Amino acid sequence: MTEKRRIPIQVPVLARVEGEGTLELHVRDGAIEDLRLRIFEPPRMFEKLLEGRDYTEVADMVARICGICPVAYQMSAVQAIESLFGAEPGPWVRDMRRVFYCGEWIQSHSLHIHMLAAPDFLGYTSITEMAREHADEVRRGLRLQALGNEIIRLLGARSVHPVGARIGGFHHAPARAQVDALREKLQAALPEAEALVRWTAALNLPTEEQEFTAVSLRHPREYPMNEGRMVSNRGLDISADRFESRFVEHQEAHSTALHCLHDGKPYLVGPLARLNLNLDRLPAPVRNLADGLGIEFPSRNMYHSIVARALEIVVAMREAIRLLEVYDEPSAPYISVTPRAGTGYGCTEAPRGLLWHRYDIDAAGAVIKARIVPPTSQNQARMEEDLRTSLRSLGVRQGEAALRRRGEMVIRNYDPCISCATHFLDLRVHELTHA
Amino acid sequence: MKPRISVHKFASCDGCQLAFLNLGEELLTLAQLVEIVHFAEAGPVDPDAAVDIAFIEGSVSTPEDAGRILRIRANSRYLVTVGACATSGGLQALRNFADGQEWLAAIYAKPEYVQSLATSTPISQHVKVDLELWGCPVSGRQLLAAVRALLFGVPPWYEKDKVCLECKRRQSVCVMVAKGVPCMGAVTRSGCGALCPSFGRDCYACYGPAENPNAESLARRLEGLGLLPEAVARRFLFINGAAPAFAEAGLKRRGTARD
Repeated sequence: MTEKRRIPIQVPVLARVEGEGTLELHVRDGAIEDLRLRIFEPPRMFEKLLEGRDYTEVADMVARICGICPVAYQMSAVQAIESLFGAEPGPWVRDMRRVFYCGEWIQSHSLHIHMLAAPDFLGYTSITEMAREHADEVRRGLRLQALGNEIIRLLGARSVHPVGARIGGFHHAPARAQVDALREKLQAALPEAEALVRWTAALNLPTEEQEFTAVSLRHPREYPMNEGRMVSNRGLDISADRFESRFVEHQEAHSTALHCLHDGKPYLVGPLARLNLNLDRLPAPVRNLADGLGIEFPSRNMYHSIVARALEIVVAMREAIRLLEVYDEPSAPYISVTPRAGTGYGCTEAPRGLLWHRYDIDAAGAVIKARIVPPTSQNQARMEEDLRTSLRSLGVRQGEAALRRRGEMVIRNYDPCISCATHFLDLRVHELTHA
Repeated sequence: MKPRISVHKFASCDGCQLAFLNLGEELLTLAQLVEIVHFAEAGPVDPDAAVDIAFIEGSVSTPEDAGRILRIRANSRYLVTVGACATSGGLQALRNFADGQEWLAAIYAKPEYVQSLATSTPISQHVKVDLELWGCPVSGRQLLAAVRALLFGVPPWYEKDKVCLECKRRQSVCVMVAKGVPCMGAVTRSGCGALCPSFGRDCYACYGPAENPNAESLARRLEGLGLLPEAVARRFLFINGAAPAFAEAGLKRRGTARD
């Protein structure tokens, strides 16, 4: 006869992720039998909030899904709606949207590297603790984060829930002098970003390799950000409007975040997936920098995500500098659009991975139905798969403190933005033993 | 002993917590002036610790959170709400005017797995709040001013003017007068820096109602600009739609629209 002994162990909220959740381990005879990442972000039901709203209100609304990556939400939304309306805002808007997005990548990646991830690898619990012994590195990180925010403010007036983006372009074009001043600052900080890359590569990162499917956008010439086709290392190559034929979201009893699967299987989105699939799209100086790190990309080590993030900061800084160098004040920062009934699709690369939007809009320009698939719901099945592999190889006999620490470290790699989809982590071990 | 502070998250986007995390060098200074005992996103986790100031981001929208806020209040000398969600219920409080359970069923295949209340409510509907910081998002300046004032033991200063005053001080061109844009600045609380009009666009009331807002008068003005009642309603029923002054003006128009 089997006796099931349940020992739920409550460990507080997981630190240094954006949200809350529980990791549930079912252990039988010293082996992990089942593992569930339970996410309990209170649902805010954005897709319903959007119904009945005018298309002009969408950009300001979807920003509120995530305070860390509002630009990503705005960019996927404007792309979806403009593609439906057949609006083409032209090269100035296209360039400035890329600059705007660069700001968010720099801000979000710097925050993640320094405040969330690096303390793990250096043995601290927080950035303020880490600052006591790594003051220079922490200050460098804060400066880069601030620069990212400054780029967002240039085009959005503030860095969290910026107010500059609209359907058709931007509400406001910055003055030439302001652009030049910021570009000089970026140029001066570029060596700091490059030093950051080398610093992340020199961290004592675990060396475990895993098999996974990586999915990202791919553009004919550029490192992907605002546009491109969706590709994978397993031969996927589709446009955004075909997403629903290959990716399906379903609900698990243990989580309020919907799980998204690609052809029925877990997959990875985010910096490491992007880098692995777009090495040939890195600007030459960044490629050289990456080649000199002693890491072989494409990499199957999830811990190389922090290095990928740092490399993407350099990509974003170089792109912003390049585009601001040729800046001209436009005659108008946006084009007018005419609503059209139908369905529009948008997909861009949020700092933490693919962000897919679909809007059904009526002839008057009101939203009938919205569907948003954030990166965290796409990564969730992959996170569970990674946890299963990593915790099994660590061994459950290591004790709960070690399990929790490793579990948190694994999850942080994916930079889950729990407010988008989800929330984070206490550990519950259910031990099932034979009597 | 250093004063102790905590930062708690409820239903929100995390953007107001960023007002701390985007402080840069000042964040390190703050960490020296006070002891940050609970701020999960930044590292320290001790949700039930007794503190001098508890900052609350987010609205109450689950049964569990309704209990959690009572425990935080019992452990805190001062309790400060940061942002639209905590102060007015936020954008997600628009579900208070709809059938929240029906919405849940439309999004989740198995709504019974999801614990959610029918409404999203501000913290002040659950516990006594000592200071409300409006804004979607709040700024670092608002936070630091609140921390300083509370630690000095002086009554905190907070914005309550209309955005129009801030806009005039910036010498921005009035978008409503010059371009006929349906701006909400006349009823909205100052504190943002009147950013939207400075970018040539309408204020959309993300800082909530100002003191004594004449919402009815602005609603009539918006109708005068040619907006249909439903469009006027949507101007009020937005980021702070559940704030009483805005809810009243908005729902009245929505009622008209349905007649």
